[in-house]
Amino acid sequence: MSKIGVFVCHCGENISATVDCARVAETAGNYDGVAFSVDYKYMCSDPGQNLIKNAIKEQGLTGVVVASCSPRMHEPTFRKACAEAGLNPFMCEMANLREHCSWVHEKGEATTEKAIDLVRILVEKVKYNHSLNEIKVPVTKTALVIGGGIAGIQASLDIANTGHKVILIEKDPSIGGHMSQLSETFPTLDCSQCILTPRMVEVAQHPNITLYTYAELESLEGFIGNFKAKIRRKSKSIDEKLCTGCGLCTTKCPVKKIPSEFNEGLGKRTAIYVPFPQAVPNKPVIDRANCTYYIKGKCKVCEIVCPTGAIRFDQEDQIMEVEIGAIVIATGFTVKQPDFFPEYGYGKFPDVITGLQFERLASASGPTLGEIRRPSDGKIPEKIVFLACAGSRDPAKGIPYCSKICCMYIAKHAMLYQHKVHGGKSYVFYMDIRAGGKQYEEFVRRAIEDDGVNYVRGRVSRIYEKNGKLIVAGVDTLLNAMPVEIDADMVVLATAGVANEGAEELAQKLHVSYDPYKFFAEAHPKLKPVETNTAGIFLAGACQAPRDIPESVAMASGAAVKVAALFSKDELTREPIIAVVNRQAPPVYSSCVGCFLCVSACPYQAIEKEEIKNRNGEVIKSIAKVNPGLCQGCGTCVAFCRTKSIDIQGYTNEQMYTEVMALLNEY
Amino acid sequence: MTLGFYPGCSLKGSSREYAESVLALAKAFDINLEEINDWNCCGATAAHNMNKELSLALPTRILSLAEKQGLKEIVVPCAACYSRLTVTKHELAEDSALCSAVTESNGLEYTGSVSVLNVVQFLDKYITPNLEGKVVKPFDHKVACYYGCLLVRPHEILKFDREEDPQSLDTLMLKSGATPIDWAFKTECCGAGLSVSRTSSVGRLSGKIIGDAKDRGAETVIVACPMCHSNLDMRRDAINSYLGEKIDIPVLYITQAIGLAIGLDRKELGLQRHFVKVTV
Ligand SMILES: Cc1cc2nc3c(=O)[nH]c(=O)nc-3n(C[C@H](O)[C@H](O)[C@H](O)COP(=O)(O)OP(=O)(O)OC[C@H]3O[C@@H](n4cnc5c(N)ncnc54)[C@H](O)[C@@H]3O)c2cc1C
Ligand code: SF4
Ligand code: SF4
Repeated sequence: MSKIGVFVCHCGENISATVDCARVAETAGNYDGVAFSVDYKYMCSDPGQNLIKNAIKEQGLTGVVVASCSPRMHEPTFRKACAEAGLNPFMCEMANLREHCSWVHEKGEATTEKAIDLVRILVEKVKYNHSLNEIKVPVTKTALVIGGGIAGIQASLDIANTGHKVILIEKDPSIGGHMSQLSETFPTLDCSQCILTPRMVEVAQHPNITLYTYAELESLEGFIGNFKAKIRRKSKSIDEKLCTGCGLCTTKCPVKKIPSEFNEGLGKRTAIYVPFPQAVPNKPVIDRANCTYYIKGKCKVCEIVCPTGAIRFDQEDQIMEVEIGAIVIATGFTVKQPDFFPEYGYGKFPDVITGLQFERLASASGPTLGEIRRPSDGKIPEKIVFLACAGSRDPAKGIPYCSKICCMYIAKHAMLYQHKVHGGKSYVFYMDIRAGGKQYEEFVRRAIEDDGVNYVRGRVSRIYEKNGKLIVAGVDTLLNAMPVEIDADMVVLATAGVANEGAEELAQKLHVSYDPYKFFAEAHPKLKPVETNTAGIFLAGACQAPRDIPESVAMASGAAVKVAALFSKDELTREPIIAVVNRQAPPVYSSCVGCFLCVSACPYQAIEKEEIKNRNGEVIKSIAKVNPGLCQGCGTCVAFCRTKSIDIQGYTNEQMYTEVMALLNEY
Repeated sequence: MTLGFYPGCSLKGSSREYAESVLALAKAFDINLEEINDWNCCGATAAHNMNKELSLALPTRILSLAEKQGLKEIVVPCAACYSRLTVTKHELAEDSALCSAVTESNGLEYTGSVSVLNVVQFLDKYITPNLEGKVVKPFDHKVACYYGCLLVRPHEILKFDREEDPQSLDTLMLKSGATPIDWAFKTECCGAGLSVSRTSSVGRLSGKIIGDAKDRGAETVIVACPMCHSNLDMRRDAINSYLGEKIDIPVLYITQAIGLAIGLDRKELGLQRHFVKVTV
């Protein structure tokens, strides 16, 4: 005979304001098999837990139903309390009176009746619970970091410094990400390369980090602690072991007019190229789409000049399989292409450029060696206009959210311009100045007050060319919506920060969720900002939302700690909520008839065939067997099984039917 | 073939030449434009600034009458009328309660079955496919196509052309042998109704339009709206005094320009009615 305890929680007023908790407890107390029933203000508090523990000990309870909040919140708390009192933790069930009842209904008779029903079905269910034990799985203590921007770099270094192995993959020929393109960084104006390159070198030299550039994730299988990843190492067309990075090939390559991605199209590169001087690794790749040899079958100049014979035209992509225990996604962001604003004339007027292009102009390693010169004729612009929110905060045509970084980098750009072009005039058109952050507001004030940048609060409706000037037509909303026109020499658009192209596919490969803007979704907006909904996969940097460098780095260190915590144990425990194929005494062995429909149904390839042999080693029967390491407890196989031979532990067919019957008052 | 025709007030008054050229063009292509019987004012700017239901009831009555007359498509050359009719159709389709209230007050059946075509859509659908071969005097001029505020806005409702850098008039003019120029004032406001109450503002706003067209070498400005036409043409004195120079670039309705290209008579196209002499 079961001896079940029912513990009804008020959750302060969260439940008791709409549900008559005393009546729920009293009614439950009258059910068959219920030995103890009580209501209490905070069941999760120490006294509340003690109430449960004492009842288990004193009444010799065989099952517990806690009627409180969602099991997502407190299931571990109550299971642990049961375990401490000597009851198997899986003999504890939770009825969700809060999210499923009190929060969604008005106070009233029917609400209390529903609460009673929720308790009742779990009382019946728990009668069929069995003691279960957690499953132990080993942990592969190697992390995969995807994306080698500042976030990926920081996460890799932090994990590697805890003594664990890291595999870092970067799709481009060099690590560094957007930060490597930046000139100086807000709010301190320190040179981006100067603070970044030491980290890049550290990654390359760290004994615990294996770096694969020009590499992307092909596919992923497995689960926390036990992932298997396939990585595509795109062909660089060189033998990296032989290449010394002398750079001779890049100086001799005849294809010299390819717009450089690193310089945002403002400079040119060759077909065999190293994206920038401080690249890590500092070895070239051949861009096959633009290489004369791959297009026309002739050239091979690089092969001729290479002193070490490192060029490999026939090199193919390599698919590599690695085992890893955790993943950090750090694939960053991109900026929206500004062509969707025909009224701003990007693409039509060469001197309308993006913020990233301005970074390259202001950067000592850029096409103008750090001088602000306009692309059309190389002149130094005497008047420059910066447009904030180009696409941001624009639900009609762009994106509804604030890109967050632009207000700050615009202030930086205007400041850099004023420092470099003495006597120049700069204007910023903005909607609001969003400068929340340590020393950020002060930074913007410095731009306005010390450097004399003219901030105009209003939007720009059109940019057009007239007499060699770019006429920026806008409005000043602080001057009673007065139209303003500025005849500028150059215009910089702060284009919205958006998710990478292909972020969706990557999310699908990784089985993590993404938000409506295709940024990767965190597991909880406040309490789990670096976790994804998939255990063992973490987020760092601007792949989750537009983020500046300090935030990206903080997130990366946070993700690294999560990985280190995971790797601090040799084994992981998993809930035993997995499928099992029933086994019986000979001569039946199992009701499974070996049709193996379940094998094809299982989305996790967790079902294998097992041969049952007699003492002489002859096969008597072939039946299905679930690999507890792979099974995710989704239940698909249960639905497929014709002979009802598979059950999910903790959610057996018997338990489910019992719940339904209880709800129909058949007990 | 017969299509419905809603002239609206302007085409019966200050911009008779627009009506004349639309009808002449239709005739040249064997299209019968049948005027909606007993039509009323679309409400223009006044109605929707004062009373929403009235501003919807007026266009709805026009659409109901067109339905009653058995018309499937109606051509609405005035950009403002076109906007009012299209916005009304959209609002009634979105809100059935509003739709019943409005139709009830009109006392006429309304099903929303009539399609509304602006002049560009009309030309695109019925004239340009048969234009080739008919062009006897290519309109070989540099033209600045001016769309004004209403022809392509609001995009969510009209779903026609690009709102910030429209191309449809340019494409039509290209087919008639013209060279459309790229310029900055395609959709800037001409001053609209301030024409009467603050003519000097129209001088300034329309002045920028005409000034830019001239600076970029346009020989003609092409329009598809009676209001735009009257501001750019009739208010040329105000424009010239704002600009401090005398600009005599003529302003043609697109239908007049195409009419000239296919060799229609200048009088039939109403060119003599313009304030700025049409020299092209
Ligand atoms: C114009 C401009 C100016 C800025 N100025 C400043 C500033 O002054 N101060 C500041 O704090 N912040 C600034 N920022 C913000 C800064 O650039 C970001 O905070 C930072 O780059 C985010 O780093 P990240 O590593 O998350 O992403 P990223 O820098 O975008 O790096 C992501 C990396 O992942 C790689 N990757 C992407 N997809 C894949 C894939 N599928 N597989 C493998 N690798 C992949 C990319 O190639 C890239 O190397 C600025 C941004 C812009 C646009
Ligand atoms: S020439 Fe050869 S060794 Fe030198 S950078 Fe090119 S591939 Fe490497
Ligand atoms: S950060 Fe500033 S400029 Fe960028 S989207 Fe937000 S408000 Fe606009």
